Amino acid sequence: MLHRLRQPWVASLAIFVGFICIWAWLTTTPSGPVNAADAEYARLAGQSAAGQQASAIPSPRAVALRGYELIAHALDDDNPNNLGIAWHLVYSMGRVALGFTLALAVAVPLGFILGLWPACYQALDPFIQVLRPVSPLAWMPLALYTFRDSTISTIFIIFICAVWPMLISTATGTASVRAEWLNVSRVFGVPRLEHVTRVVFPASVPMILSGMRISIGIAWFVIVAAEMVGAQSGIGYFIWNEWNNLQIASMIVAIVLVGGIGLALDVILKRIGEGLSFRE
Amino acid sequence: MADLNINDVSMSFVDRSGKALLALDRISLAIEHSEFVCLIGHSGCGKSTLLNIVAGLLRPTSGAIRCAGAVVTGPGPERAMVFQSHALLPWMTCVENVHLAVKQAFRGAPRSELMDRAEQALKLVHLEHAIGKYPFEISGGMKQRVGIARAFAVQPKVLLLDEPFGALDALTRSSLQDELVRIVETTKTTVVMVTHDIDEAIFLSDRIVALSNGPAARIGRIWKVETPRPRDRLKLTSDFEVIKYRKEILEFLYKKAPFPQLAS
Repeated sequence: MLHRLRQPWVASLAIFVGFICIWAWLTTTPSGPVNAADAEYARLAGQSAAGQQASAIPSPRAVALRGYELIAHALDDDNPNNLGIAWHLVYSMGRVALGFTLALAVAVPLGFILGLWPACYQALDPFIQVLRPVSPLAWMPLALYTFRDSTISTIFIIFICAVWPMLISTATGTASVRAEWLNVSRVFGVPRLEHVTRVVFPASVPMILSGMRISIGIAWFVIVAAEMVGAQSGIGYFIWNEWNNLQIASMIVAIVLVGGIGLALDVILKRIGEGLSFRE
Repeated sequence: MADLNINDVSMSFVDRSGKALLALDRISLAIEHSEFVCLIGHSGCGKSTLLNIVAGLLRPTSGAIRCAGAVVTGPGPERAMVFQSHALLPWMTCVENVHLAVKQAFRGAPRSELMDRAEQALKLVHLEHAIGKYPFEISGGMKQRVGIARAFAVQPKVLLLDEPFGALDALTRSSLQDELVRIVETTKTTVVMVTHDIDEAIFLSDRIVALSNGPAARIGRIWKVETPRPRDRLKLTSDFEVIKYRKEILEFLYKKAPFPQLAS
């Protein structure tokens, strides 16, 4: 019995329960006597002001109820101004998928070329080094101005942030194939094309996949911010909209969902990576 | 005529400060057809460099290599190599690894013949059960067997081995040595092998070439091993001749070409 308690998930669960308890305690304790001005303001402004008397942050119970409500109406699409949360997530994931796929289609072939021809890499390196650290959101106004469409702009933002890790890791992976494998090709006279397709490419697959994993993480990071700035749908828009409505509980539910989906994306790419990489 | 001629080969490397460092100093050696030659010396003395020059992976600073009369300008199918690390491609099965080499050596042959050759080569090293397996599924000794099969499968004139058994345990090593002797005897292949194992060199070689310590390594001494074949590993341990070779080689390595730190 005791050895079961030593397992890591027990500690994780304990931390979670502890966190919820502290959260509940902090949010249900009234914050001092209600002051007269507030009461007056509440009469004038109605419920939203009155609700602030206890705490601005909702209790875990309120968040759970709100979560249940949001999930119960997750697939609502009768009113375009009040889409269900699942649709927002679908929009976000769709944009990430499109931007990420475009980035993949550009980064892997280009990275492969850069890795095979170091001179190309050296020529392009200054541009990569300057563009890579630019926050993806810095591109947003330029993208909105250029494309005049918020959806295309967010997809572009995802593209631009996802392209660098994949480009660099593909180029590095292609350029740093183990010398012993290159020597096998040379000693046995494997022709160039076969060498590239059957030796260099499989050897760099693990690096390409780890670049993809980093990219999808960043893309999911950035989509929330991009949609806050310039979109009428998506989970980023949802969070910003709920903030404007002062629906703190909805925001917290959305944050948890964003985290869960980010984790799922990472696990999926990790699995794909394990499936496609060679074993030694 | 000799199968392999190493003619006045020198090799220098340029280090990071731009200084040229002479690794091999005017090495000349003629290796006869179906002769088994071991290069022995301290690690870092340049014996692997010499083997890589023979393989065509490195170009000598001066001098030339001739294989069956033709000047070596790069790697070629008449000189196959077994690498220190087995150097199998982990994403290919054993037979695919051998096939990749066979395909280049017998370009234009039908696929069925190439597959057949690859499988025959694996059978030669008793790996018929591992044909469809990936390198990660087999032991270190078996991987090196695949490496040997790959080299023999292209039917080279000269077989180059770069410390092929260095990473293996003693028992696996001796069984692979036996295997190598058996195949070399049936195929009459000329062999140049780099090793730092004195017993291995005596057991396998017709001639043992000891390099002096680097930098600027030269041929220090050559022993002709006249112990008749087939050689019995157990009898060899108490063979008077063998003990003499062993003593001389040890003396050479420890006195004439001592460790760099002992020399200074």
